[in-house]
Amino acid sequence: MPSGVPLAIFLLPFFSFIVISFIIRPFLNSKPQLSGYITTASIGTSLILSLWVLAEVSSAPGHVLSMPDYEWLAIGDTVIRFGVTVDALAAIMLIVVTSVSLLVQVYSQGYMHGDPGYSRYFAFMSLFTAFMLGLVLADNLVSLYVFWEGVGLCSYLLIGFWFHRPAAARAATKAFLVTRIGDFGFLAAILFLYSKTGTFDIGELHHLALAGAIGGTVLTWAAIGIFSGAIGKSAQFPLHTWLPDAMEGPTPVSALIHAATMVAAGIYLVARMFPVFASSLTAVTTVAAIGGFTAIFAATMALVMNDIKRVLAYSTISQLGYMMLGLGVVGIGVANDAIPLEVGLGLGVAVGIFHLFNHAFFKSLLFLGAGSVNHATGTFDIREMGGLRKVMPWTYITFLIGSLSIVGIWPLAGFWSKEGILDHAWDHQTALFFLAMITVFMTAFYMFRVVFLTFAGEYRGSNAGHSGASAHAPSLRESPLVMVAPMGILAILAVISGWLPVSSFLGGESESFFGALAHPIAWVSMVLAALGILLAYALYSAKWLSSESLRRRFAPLHTLFSRKYWIDELYERVIVVRVLVDGIFVLLNWFDTRIVDGIVNGIAGGTIVAGKGIRRLQTGQLQAYGIAIFVGVLAIVACFLIFG
Amino acid sequence: MTVGLEHFLILSAILFSIGLYGALAKRNAVVILMSIEIMLNAVNIAMVAFSRYGHLITGQVFAIFIMVVAAAEAAVGLAIIIAIYRSRETVDVEKFDLMKW
Amino acid sequence: MDFPYLSIIVFLPVIGAILIALLPQADPRRIKFTAAFFTLAVFALSLSLFFMFDTGLEGAQFVERASWIPAIDAQYFLGVDGLSLPMLVLATFLGFIAVLVSWKIDLRVREYFAWLLVLETGVLGVFCSLDLLLFFLFWEVEILPMFLLISIWGTGRKEYSAMKFVIFTLAGSAMMLAGILLLYFHGGTFDMMELAGMGLEGAISTLLATAIFFLLFIGYAVKLPVFPFHTWLPDAHTDAPTAVSVILAGILLKMGGYGMIRVCVSIFPGVSQDYAVLLVALALVNIIYGAAVTFRQRDLKRLIAYSSISHMGYVLLGIFALSQVSMTGAILQMFSHGLITGLLFALVGLVYDKTHVRDIPQLGGLARRMPIIAVVFSVAGLAALGLPGTSGFAAEFLVFLGSFKSTLVDGIQTYTILGMVGIVLTAGYILWLLQRVFYGPIKAQYDKVTDANRLEQFTIISMVAVIMLIGIYPAVLTDIIKVGVSPIIASLGL
Repeated sequence: MPSGVPLAIFLLPFFSFIVISFIIRPFLNSKPQLSGYITTASIGTSLILSLWVLAEVSSAPGHVLSMPDYEWLAIGDTVIRFGVTVDALAAIMLIVVTSVSLLVQVYSQGYMHGDPGYSRYFAFMSLFTAFMLGLVLADNLVSLYVFWEGVGLCSYLLIGFWFHRPAAARAATKAFLVTRIGDFGFLAAILFLYSKTGTFDIGELHHLALAGAIGGTVLTWAAIGIFSGAIGKSAQFPLHTWLPDAMEGPTPVSALIHAATMVAAGIYLVARMFPVFASSLTAVTTVAAIGGFTAIFAATMALVMNDIKRVLAYSTISQLGYMMLGLGVVGIGVANDAIPLEVGLGLGVAVGIFHLFNHAFFKSLLFLGAGSVNHATGTFDIREMGGLRKVMPWTYITFLIGSLSIVGIWPLAGFWSKEGILDHAWDHQTALFFLAMITVFMTAFYMFRVVFLTFAGEYRGSNAGHSGASAHAPSLRESPLVMVAPMGILAILAVISGWLPVSSFLGGESESFFGALAHPIAWVSMVLAALGILLAYALYSAKWLSSESLRRRFAPLHTLFSRKYWIDELYERVIVVRVLVDGIFVLLNWFDTRIVDGIVNGIAGGTIVAGKGIRRLQTGQLQAYGIAIFVGVLAIVACFLIFG
Repeated sequence: MTVGLEHFLILSAILFSIGLYGALAKRNAVVILMSIEIMLNAVNIAMVAFSRYGHLITGQVFAIFIMVVAAAEAAVGLAIIIAIYRSRETVDVEKFDLMKW
Repeated sequence: MDFPYLSIIVFLPVIGAILIALLPQADPRRIKFTAAFFTLAVFALSLSLFFMFDTGLEGAQFVERASWIPAIDAQYFLGVDGLSLPMLVLATFLGFIAVLVSWKIDLRVREYFAWLLVLETGVLGVFCSLDLLLFFLFWEVEILPMFLLISIWGTGRKEYSAMKFVIFTLAGSAMMLAGILLLYFHGGTFDMMELAGMGLEGAISTLLATAIFFLLFIGYAVKLPVFPFHTWLPDAHTDAPTAVSVILAGILLKMGGYGMIRVCVSIFPGVSQDYAVLLVALALVNIIYGAAVTFRQRDLKRLIAYSSISHMGYVLLGIFALSQVSMTGAILQMFSHGLITGLLFALVGLVYDKTHVRDIPQLGGLARRMPIIAVVFSVAGLAALGLPGTSGFAAEFLVFLGSFKSTLVDGIQTYTILGMVGIVLTAGYILWLLQRVFYGPIKAQYDKVTDANRLEQFTIISMVAVIMLIGIYPAVLTDIIKVGVSPIIASLGL
């Protein structure tokens, strides 16, 4: 394989961005559909090249291809080189990014049809895909950070795509700021590691960490710093607040960026730096604890949301928590020497990334389904949906498959990777295992709450009541093929992606198709999931129980969940506004204008006052000056006569 | 009694003192100007006297310089006074306070 | 002697100024084109120096040396090295941009452009002189045009701001002059290169060396500006005409940072090291305090002025972290900030020109009516907050990297991490600004506003291009800067 291939995978979408923003948008604005075609074609080519890379990597010894790198900056003995890394992890991520991105681009051509910002949309999407691919291919921490921020930028631009909506503009700012707080730690960790090891190269850092050449405390702090970047990007507690708000962006953006790829970059980062994490028990325990806690924490909020995209957003946070948990618990095993190092490194990555791989497909499918529903009903509020099964059969079926997959029903994709995580949690961290199990139940409940409220029963849309169903009926129809086809393909992937030997390719274990059913944990989790589905059915479809009375019984909890634990209020109203902008900053501004500048103006004013006083001595009368001079001369002469 | 250098110098000092008094104490600009002329002429007397008794020609040369300067000064000074009189209708120096704070 | 590039570069603007002064007032077009021609010619010349510069050589190049005042051994001594060449290119580039930005000036056009060109000569002279007396002379030359430009063509409390600028600068200059004279009496020469090489510190008492260091430092600190000498900056920026804000932020502030490296650190490496902790702490105050105060500003120009104070903190941090990488980063940051903030001021000028409003709460949703300005403003803002791919990132990254790794300053790691808080705060105020000015629904009174015209587009987009170029491949500049920095680092004993 020529060494230019990985580079081409990255550059193709980038050129698509350049072409759209500098040729199509200024000169061919009357034909915006070109932008969609170019984006799709370039990403499609990237996908083919990625498959080629995958084939090459799987036949390479140790699943690693060595690639040349290039000097970017050299100052004294500080040299920063950029290159690409092509190994099993990168190859899998390339496939995830290019395939989901391709399908989303196809879907977008239907979803965004007629939007005045059509070309801009595809320009940003191309740029995002390019940066995401660059992030995956980066072989050192500096270039990884560059692309890391790059995808953050695209996320900002796409969340704020409809910038004239104040909510979208606010959400975009919030997303950028919250992730930047995490990136602060990430950047600090990069500098810290560099100051201790003298290298940015990820491979070298792995060797040094495993060889014990980096001190234990250093590793712990570095790992925690890197993890804080991952917390921001992957919306883990306590930096999770931006992701639900990010749903203000167009739905395909949510599917690609805020479900399948960019938010998973945090997982990828931890997996990429796994040897550094696994060398520190504190670090991996932190990862596992934050992951496990976030999984259940986000799930509780997903239980009560009425906006379909917000349910999916919290679900994404929760699933990302699972992935962190998977990475963390295997890391705990490695750090405790319960798992031999050479097995554990591959295993940890496999457990986390396998779930990322499956999640990318079923979650983007769910988002595209939500987009399809929105396309028909014009709302995201599940209270105003219902009965869509009849009008949108394809959307219904694919959404159902996605839901079953995320819930973890055998033999769908979600089952396989979730079992891996639960197994290892049971082995290495029992407390977190129980949290994860409860989360399985919650996941089943909130997903099927959405399914039943959206697709079962009768249509409850606002137009259905007063103006009659017929007035609104024409728009209530299945989405066009260009949108349904990608959903169909993703639905197939959401079923079969778990059967692919991804886990063993990454260095983990793989289970036989029926062998997995021999594990008791698998059965427990499936029973819990079934109970969750049953409860949702009882409440929202069969109406055996009244959801209203249930809510009243648990009113305090319901309020707590639906107000998102007041964390948004705490961050935005209390910390940012009260404490900082309207608190400390006011004080400092006062200090600046009154004290610092006050002293300056005080000195100036004092000089003026003093001058006004002293200038009274200057009468302006030349005769008075003359007398003074005469007296002075007399005095001098007298002095000479007396003392001379 | 022969008239010696000291007599000239005493005359010069008296004239100078009169001029100085006039320049410092009078309020009429024309009088002040005249007083300054008296001071200059007092100096001239002293110069010429020194020149006569010191056998140096320099003093007389300077006296002529001073007369030239005094004439020019008187011309300019009177011109200014006339200009001021035209605009302010007074030659009282204490009333010339336009540029004062 | 070779072709006198530097003399031509330094004095061409003033020749242009004289020529403009002789043109008829009634023909503003010809005046503007003359000004543009001269600044462009100077820029082209300095760019050609940039390409002719030999990156393998330490020390000054394109040297011109002639006796000036033999009695005190003052020389007419020009030359550029890795420190000054980037500043020279920046100054000539922004000089040209400033003329383009002023295209709409219609009050006393002839004088305006003449003073603008005199100003350019002043700053170019500062960056080229290697003789302290000549340096001081040029340093002072810049004050008068600035005073007139602000107080005649400014807005708001312009006389107050102009006077404040002059008094602050002169107070700093007085200190600096005292320092320069002390250097002369103890070192026996005005030649910067010779002073830096003679190990003066060892020859005089520590107390005297410290005193001279701080006299000079305060002179530069006023210009940079360093807390607590910064309050002239927001006033001067707010009330200055757009082009003057561009030059002020883009070049004049950099004279402070340049002086610190060229004079303070080069001649007194030991004192710099002794007081590095103090000065780094001061840098942190600049970064965080500046950013905090920025949050409270309602006036667009004032906001950006305060953000400059915060960004100049990185320069101070990079200089006094005393490592090769950090100092290279500091100079790159000066270059980058000059472009970014210059661009931001130009954009604010455009927004003000179209809407006649600078009060942020009154603005909103402008992206609808002025998409190009909004896009460029966003790019400039993102560059200011250090987004990778822009020069802001390259510079700040190098500053942090070099500082973190520095071995000469105690506890520098902690300080660096504290300084990095600034990047979060910067992101906060920049994004908030973008959100409030450009996003959201457009207000009715702005329905008729127009986007940038061709000339304005050319101006702002050319600046964006340079920002991106430096961001994507900073080695264009760092290869030159590091040649200038390495002798200083060598004198630190590294």
